[in-house]
Amino acid sequence: MRRVLIIIVPYLWLLALFLIPFAIVLKISLSDVAMARPPYLPQFSWEDGLGAFLSQLDFENFTFLTTDDLYWKAYLSSLQIAATSTLLTLLVGYPIAYAMARAPDEWRATLMMLVILPFWTSFLIRVYSWMGILSQEGYLNQLLLGLGVISEPLIILNTKVAVYIGIVYTYIPFMILPIYAALHRLDSSLIEAAEDLGCSRAKAFWLVTVPLSRNGIIAGCFLVFIPTLGEFVIPSLLGGSGTLMIGKVLWEEFFNNRGWPIASAVAVVLVLILIIPIVLFQQNQQKQNEAQS
Amino acid sequence: MRLSWFNITSLTLGFAFLYLPMIILVIYSFNESRLVTVWTGFSTKWYGELLSNQAFLDAAWVTLKVAVFSSTLATVLGTLAAYALVRGARFPGRTLFSGMIYAPLVMPEVITGLSLLLLFIGIGLDRGVLTIVLAHTTFSMCYVSVVVSSRLVSFDQSLEEAALDLGCSPWDAFRLVTLPIIAPAVVSGWLLAFTLSLDDLVIASFTTGPSATTLPIKIFSAVRLGVSPEINALSTLMIAVVTLGVIIASLISKRNFVREQHGGEGRH
Amino acid sequence: MPENVFAPWTDPGAEPLIRFRNVTKRFGDFTAVRDLTLDIYEHEFFALLGPSGCGKTTMMRMLAGFETPSSGHIELAGQNIVPVPPNKRAVNMMFQSYALFPHLNVWDNIAFGLKRDGMPKDALRERVAEMLKLTHLERFARRKPHQISGGQRQRVALARSLAKAPKLLLLDEPMGALDKKLRQETQFELMDIQEKTGTTFVIVTHDQEEAMTVASRVAVMDEGELIQVATPSAIYEAPNCVYVADFIGDVNIIEGAAHRASEKHYTLHWADGQAPLVAASEMTFSPAQKAFLAIRPEKVLVTADRPADAENAIQGRIHDIAYLGNISTYHVEVAGGRLLKAQTANTRRIENRGFTWENRVWLSWDATAGVLLER
Repeated sequence: MRRVLIIIVPYLWLLALFLIPFAIVLKISLSDVAMARPPYLPQFSWEDGLGAFLSQLDFENFTFLTTDDLYWKAYLSSLQIAATSTLLTLLVGYPIAYAMARAPDEWRATLMMLVILPFWTSFLIRVYSWMGILSQEGYLNQLLLGLGVISEPLIILNTKVAVYIGIVYTYIPFMILPIYAALHRLDSSLIEAAEDLGCSRAKAFWLVTVPLSRNGIIAGCFLVFIPTLGEFVIPSLLGGSGTLMIGKVLWEEFFNNRGWPIASAVAVVLVLILIIPIVLFQQNQQKQNEAQS
Repeated sequence: MRLSWFNITSLTLGFAFLYLPMIILVIYSFNESRLVTVWTGFSTKWYGELLSNQAFLDAAWVTLKVAVFSSTLATVLGTLAAYALVRGARFPGRTLFSGMIYAPLVMPEVITGLSLLLLFIGIGLDRGVLTIVLAHTTFSMCYVSVVVSSRLVSFDQSLEEAALDLGCSPWDAFRLVTLPIIAPAVVSGWLLAFTLSLDDLVIASFTTGPSATTLPIKIFSAVRLGVSPEINALSTLMIAVVTLGVIIASLISKRNFVREQHGGEGRH
Repeated sequence: MPENVFAPWTDPGAEPLIRFRNVTKRFGDFTAVRDLTLDIYEHEFFALLGPSGCGKTTMMRMLAGFETPSSGHIELAGQNIVPVPPNKRAVNMMFQSYALFPHLNVWDNIAFGLKRDGMPKDALRERVAEMLKLTHLERFARRKPHQISGGQRQRVALARSLAKAPKLLLLDEPMGALDKKLRQETQFELMDIQEKTGTTFVIVTHDQEEAMTVASRVAVMDEGELIQVATPSAIYEAPNCVYVADFIGDVNIIEGAAHRASEKHYTLHWADGQAPLVAASEMTFSPAQKAFLAIRPEKVLVTADRPADAENAIQGRIHDIAYLGNISTYHVEVAGGRLLKAQTANTRRIENRGFTWENRVWLSWDATAGVLLER
């Protein structure tokens, strides 16, 4: 009896508060916009029965998503921003992870903690901290103007560049940790063997280190790419009106336009897009687990 | 092993990148001027203004309540779920269950928030502290479950069998053997859930009503328009709390470690 | 057999402590234990021996109550224990991994089971002290399991499982994690403790030497079935099949056709142009039936000339010599390219040894030295 309870309590909780809500989103995405409360039709009623209810559902909202270019541009721009910033995070994160793996043993615990520590501080505050740096009269412009590097303040805040910086800054621990884990396992005698066999330093790095940390790189990239795709806080604080990201579009559609069915349709499509990288990520993790066991 | 200049540069620049923005934030929270980016002199006046701002204090109180309730609930549910996943051999719908544990981890917050809001409206639940607690519990229990199950996987099942063998009922075996051993994982699960709840803006914005404003919602609406000195002060306080918490936690774990190593030495 | 030898299994009136009655255990399609019937008596030190996957661990887990038989029943002191949960059985188990509770010190680990029984404090303290003394752990009572050595951990596990004075103690590969030297010491210690406490021990092991050393009786298992249940010497000297002969120790197996020579003697035709071998046998074979002669290497004599009174003698050439210090094993090539092993004790220093590679030698043994087997 107790065994059953252990399973059934969290099971029912997730059914009620995860699966059913998502089913509701799916249903509303197939409904019509209406000037009502709640602002969509049809409402399910027992008198009409399920058949009548289902017959009123259609894919109109999804068709709408393809006709209004705001939406597909937002999807494309989200994909592009997520991909670019993932690449940037990799470029910034890899040398740090590499240096951590090479650091003396007694430093490692501290370095690890230093990478994880920002994760415990508020995400919102970490994003916010860049607003003061990147704004037109911000610290970066003050510094560069003071040094005489530039004569006109750079416009960074409210551009894509600021969004990239924000994403790299907040998601970099997710990139560093898996790469560090992979590099940490790497036997340093492999590099020596490669050099012994005639590789230069750079060549040994390219031919041995990088391929052997491949799983860490892949895991890190997915861990950055997947959450970035639906990101809301970073584009709304650091991005401008020109930085389209689908999370922000959904939020505005829902809160500002009260277009519940459209917002729901946007959500459903976003989930469909996310399924691909998630499945790929799962496969990579599985392969990695098998390789280790 | 000695670090090459390249590695030293990477580490220095990397950690400067990670920490400078927050250090600047902390420094400028003591700036006298309302124009945040111009340093005019040292002052703690923004802390005073912050602490006399009732709206912020109310929001902090709501946030704390939500975080304590949701993380505690999430820890119980997440531990149960981890136990069911790792120990419960086979039960109908196991795949669906593990899917529902992992899906919220990768689901964009906007979607989780939207779907929960639509549910709460659908069942006519008044939005406020309760609905935020329900929402936070749902996604953070999944994190707890992942943390706890990674500990349970490496847990030697014969320990539980030994307890049964020595006369424990299954419940006693869980209480006296399993729980003390997985306790560190359960505690870190709770801390993680607590932090996630403190931190969350998006899901709380969707699921709250006019009666309950959390600190992130308050901060977000304040900073949308630009940098503000009160928020700098608030951020500094939050960073200080986290840093203090991490230092205390690491001291405790270090002391436990030392005690573990020398605990049995007194007797011989 | 002398009267004072402990051998309740030879007494038809003795009540066994444990009875397996037609016990079968299936896991899905896999049958781990097949229709198995076995009696184990009080005060026995009983060994279940077999390769991994032979069903020995499943039998032990059924005794402890962690597995339920698919059919058949198990009696402990005359009572069917199949429906009794593990925490209500007068049976304790020592786990292969020891399963010491890492958050409790040695003293609390040993006291754990006693506390479950609600033993009064004074009696409990006394009992734990007794167990610590029995296993020589007094000095380590306040240490945590990770602060003591592997051998000490093993003794804590033993003390913990013995503390409740169970009717039956189960030991799952108790010495598996110890190195060879420590293992030998521990084996004797274990026998000592078994004798002192009078508890019935059932040990699961894949190590035949260990089973032979500690056990009063050994059950050799394979693929869920009992192959032979007998005393260590009977298993070694009179195996009932090639599998047992081969599993326990070193053996030469010579295949051939058996013919009756006298009431209790058979001849075995094993190679063309060679004199048949003579072997005594209690079993009966039909004329020309396929048979296997199992003969231990140490029972084979190596000589330069054919011993005059040898009942069996084969000439061969030394192919290889394995020098092990106390003994040497000669691999001798005989008719048909077959290799036979012969062992001699090295009672003389090495430079005085008689034979070397390529020497032609005679191998000889008595008719009663080997066992003639059907399969």
